[in-house]
Amino acid sequence: MSGLPLLSLTTFLPLAGVLFILMIRAQDEAAILNIRRVALITTVVTFLVSIGVWTGFDPKNPGFQLQESHDWMGAFFAYRMGVDGISVLFVLLTTFLMPFCILASWESVQSRVKEYMIAFLVLETLMIGVFSATDLVLFYVFFEAGLIPMFLIIGVWGGKRRVYASYKFFLYTLTGSVLMMIAIMAMYWSAGTTDITVLVNKPFPVSMQTWLWVAFFASFAVKMPMWPVHTWLPDAHVEAPTAGSVLLAAILLKMGGYGFLRFSLPMFPSASADLAPFIFTLSVVAIIYTSLVALVQEDIKKLIAYSSVAHMGYVTMGIFTMNVQGIQGAIFQMFSHGLVSGALFLCVGVVYDRMHTRDIDAYGGLVNRMPVYATIFLILTMANVGLPGTSGFVGEFLTLAGAFQANTWVAAFATTGVILSAAYALWLFRRVVWGALTKASLKSIVDLSTREMVILVPLVVLVIVFGVYPQPVLNACAASVDALIHNYQAAISAAGQTASSAAPALLIR
Amino acid sequence: MNALPDFALACPELTLGIGAVVLLMLGAFGGEKSTSKVSWGAVIVLLIAMLAVVVGREGSTFDGAFVVDGFARFLKVLVLAGSALAVVMASNFAKAEKFARFELPVLIVLATLGMLMMVSASDLISVYLGIELQSLALYVVAAIHRDDARSTEAGLKYFVLGALSSGMLLYGASLIYGFTGHTDFVGIASALAGEGRASLGLVFGIVFLSAGIAFKVSAVPFHMWTPDVYEGAPTPITAFFAAAPKIAAMAVFIRVVIEPLHAVQQDWQQIVAFIALASMILGAFAAIGQKNIKRLMAYSSIGHMGYALAGLAAGNEAGVQGVLIYLATYLAMTVGAFACIISMRRAGGMVEDINELAGLSRTNLPMAFLLGMIMFSLAGIPPFAGFFAKYFVFQAAVQAGLYWLAVIGVLASVVGAYYYLRIVKVMFFDEPAEGFVPMALELKAILGVSGLFVIFFAFISGPIGAAAAAAAKTLF
Repeated sequence: MSGLPLLSLTTFLPLAGVLFILMIRAQDEAAILNIRRVALITTVVTFLVSIGVWTGFDPKNPGFQLQESHDWMGAFFAYRMGVDGISVLFVLLTTFLMPFCILASWESVQSRVKEYMIAFLVLETLMIGVFSATDLVLFYVFFEAGLIPMFLIIGVWGGKRRVYASYKFFLYTLTGSVLMMIAIMAMYWSAGTTDITVLVNKPFPVSMQTWLWVAFFASFAVKMPMWPVHTWLPDAHVEAPTAGSVLLAAILLKMGGYGFLRFSLPMFPSASADLAPFIFTLSVVAIIYTSLVALVQEDIKKLIAYSSVAHMGYVTMGIFTMNVQGIQGAIFQMFSHGLVSGALFLCVGVVYDRMHTRDIDAYGGLVNRMPVYATIFLILTMANVGLPGTSGFVGEFLTLAGAFQANTWVAAFATTGVILSAAYALWLFRRVVWGALTKASLKSIVDLSTREMVILVPLVVLVIVFGVYPQPVLNACAASVDALIHNYQAAISAAGQTASSAAPALLIR
Repeated sequence: MNALPDFALACPELTLGIGAVVLLMLGAFGGEKSTSKVSWGAVIVLLIAMLAVVVGREGSTFDGAFVVDGFARFLKVLVLAGSALAVVMASNFAKAEKFARFELPVLIVLATLGMLMMVSASDLISVYLGIELQSLALYVVAAIHRDDARSTEAGLKYFVLGALSSGMLLYGASLIYGFTGHTDFVGIASALAGEGRASLGLVFGIVFLSAGIAFKVSAVPFHMWTPDVYEGAPTPITAFFAAAPKIAAMAVFIRVVIEPLHAVQQDWQQIVAFIALASMILGAFAAIGQKNIKRLMAYSSIGHMGYALAGLAAGNEAGVQGVLIYLATYLAMTVGAFACIISMRRAGGMVEDINELAGLSRTNLPMAFLLGMIMFSLAGIPPFAGFFAKYFVFQAAVQAGLYWLAVIGVLASVVGAYYYLRIVKVMFFDEPAEGFVPMALELKAILGVSGLFVIFFAFISGPIGAAAAAAAKTLF
């Protein structure tokens, strides 16, 4: 496997598609169809190549694999790529979801199709890059460059308040990120390298850790998003086109959680231990508060957006429990949320394409005319609630089990979120799908087309498969998570001999 | 000591001097008809000088008042490139706006000669000589559009404030001479060697000298002329002002504080850090309310000089390297942005309001795309050139322990991102306005090259960074 730089190939393959699209000069219907086809083929091929990454990946090896390294900027930073058990999952999730995003935009995007597809393919490259970079600066470049295509996607193809939403998205995220950039520089001067594979095994001096942790937290908390810096997300979700919402919810949010796992825990263990109660507080507030907020939403997308914030609360809580259940649960929750929320936004897109409204009040009784849609939406709603048998359950259960070991009260409060999520999700379903079809505008609505079936059915199948048999995901990350926790505990006990921190005792069972 | 100084080292400068005189004769005898010939002649002279810089050797001459080292050569290439591009951009524009005169390219060549002198100056007197030659030419260039009230006003404003700043600079230089007994940098450095802190008189000298140079780089609090001159001067002249003279002035600033005043770093570091900070903040906030794109670029350039100075404030080798990378990318971004601004022309003439760019992505996608990417680069978003430039200057500031400067700086860059995004928003999100007349070929070429430089900087950052590192090493 060493001959072919598979990771770089996966990362930059979408750009090859961009080149092909650029060559299509004509403006007529046939050319636009070609553009869509090229984008679809590119994303599918990228997914197939990423399968190669998956098969070349050895889940028993906790370290980074498929590593590549090239000189870039002298001693300062280099082009380094690699995946471990945590990141390989997100690479696959990204490449897997992209063809669905392209398909979902097949008919709903009619203006400036060429630019739209280019923006999505560029975004795919940057998202894969975030998860496979093993150099701090390279990571940062991918991480922040992703803002540009997303800014344009929201701003050009978005809804009524798209300008506001795109600005808010961009500036919120940028503010967090620039502080991380300063931290990266400080880390370079302290450690002499920006190689993540080296840095994860060598925690920074305890005196620096808190500051670095805070700087990284600023970036990841916004990206995650954690309460109280989550307010950009509902706006961005509501205004973004369907496929943009899917990527935001499914991939971009995961960068925050991934960042915590990749940087905060292994590189700043003492600070993570000290500040875990802080994260728990924010997570619990997020779970309860945003669930309550979701209850009163009148816009379908906004409701799902708030439910995303709540679900990300489980992720941050799980990550900072620092035990196997919590962290694996968090990873699984992110993976499952990527599928579920992505599919939910696609479901919203289906009815939005027909009715051009997202108001819950405009719907009702869809089951009478759209039985297949109602079934799929029901399964996804149940997965969002965390019903056993769906992937949503596994993640929530594991994170709560992890939290229970770390702090019973946190687990107790977080569990109320499960009840609340049932309330808002089922109520949404009741208002949109159940009941009699009374609204005149809905009388002629038609059920899913073949294209929409092709998009939704695989996601629904995966949601159930992973709900019943979550082993593939858990096995892939097990070794890396074990190594992460092992290193973390070693660092804490080393620091505990010198520092007088009370928190670690609480956190290590 | 030789009877005659080593003229070969000053070959680029001699080329420009002789070239300017020849071009002047050509214009004087050829009359107005020869304007475009003189323009292209000026470009050729500048390119020959650039070639002379690249192949020339290094050393010091004129009794140590003039030095050619890696640092000087790096910056001279940038200055010459900036000037040559400005001449190219100006020639057709001047014709269209009916102020074409053969003096314009000649004056730009003379100003460039002054800039090269500044870059190589290693004596307070030769610094002053260079600055005056450059400034006097620039005053005239600013007012070259004699029939336009705004241009004349710009020239006068620039002259009055520039003369004031030259006076301050000279006063500072005389104080430094008075308290160290030397005007040459080597002498000053040896007089100060071993002293941890500057005497009070020397501090005054440093303050006045910095104030004078800060005028030239348009750093806060000596920035007031910039928006008016940028707005008033004909646009290609603004493009010229925005790039080459600032690079030369930064070169002087770097050399003066690093070479002779290295021993008293903590004294000048405060000054540089303050003007860097003030420039970054003012550049970010004051640009928000601007409607005229040239005024916006003026505030943007104030901010960018602040970022570059943040690297200088670090006062270490990484810092100088950062500033050099910054200046190189700043040149590309500025020239590219101005190539677009010059192309904002409708049948009725030039337009300068930001809203005139509305919907440019529908009427001229390549131009909108490249300008948009340049704007993201100016905002410091990766993977574009502006990000790497900011990365290196702030990295140096962090190394020097100036965390507060770095943190406030990056936060100011977020504020700055707001107004760069506004231009992107107007071009991409708004409904299209009437399209511009097609871009001139040379502007297309300049925009294309600078746009590609900005976008693909990540791939060429290795060699550029290495060149900047080698150049910075010569000062330490």
